[in-house]
Amino acid sequence: MKDTRPKNLNLFAIKWPLAAITSIAHRISGIFIFIGVAILLYLLEVSLESAAGFDFVLELLAKPLVKLLVWAIVAGLLYHLIAGIKHLLMDFGIGESKQGSLRGAQLTILFAVIAIAVAGVWIW
Amino acid sequence: MVTNVTNLGRSGLGDWLIQRFSAVILAAYTLCILGSFLVHPEMDYLQWRAIFDSTAMRFFSVITVLALCAHAWIGMWTISTDYLTSVQLGSRATVYRILFQAVCALITVVYLLWGIQILW
Repeated sequence: MKDTRPKNLNLFAIKWPLAAITSIAHRISGIFIFIGVAILLYLLEVSLESAAGFDFVLELLAKPLVKLLVWAIVAGLLYHLIAGIKHLLMDFGIGESKQGSLRGAQLTILFAVIAIAVAGVWIW
Repeated sequence: MVTNVTNLGRSGLGDWLIQRFSAVILAAYTLCILGSFLVHPEMDYLQWRAIFDSTAMRFFSVITVLALCAHAWIGMWTISTDYLTSVQLGSRATVYRILFQAVCALITVVYLLWGIQILW
């Protein structure tokens, strides 16, 4: 495939403005959720199987380590969701300027921190 | 001319569009499930079961599983073609990339069948 467009994907050579950090975090959270879905599907399957299975999942979710794991997956999901909404807004041409992209990155982090904190309170 | 054989929509624009459509479906489903937790703060088994047993929800759930698999594949494919290239990995990059994509494809198909089995 002939592609002569210049590109630089060397992550150790490029600068990291805030928008780049939120962008790579969007990708990392995506990989994280891809793995986490296995755990969520397992919990969903057992919880829907029977009343005993449902109680078993509740017992599992009461364990601190499981709480931490579920919170981590939910945090990845919430971050990915919020960064994704910003992505869609940018597809509509909102926040594409240099200033706008910085503001978008700041708002993504702000909303994500709030959402992840609320999820943490709700899980515990 | 075939320039790429591993992407989902056979064109960058196709993948771009599928990624956006599936994202909207996934966001809607996520908010729907979160909303059900808010409506039933002390959810019991029968309430939980009833949510997933309705016909509308079964359609929504399976459509979401399809969206999840398309979205995950396009995302993992994009990451693999950005970071698993000859620039980072040298001459054997294609082998590593195809292997990584094969593992992702396998996981995606397992999620697809498992998800449909649970939710349909």
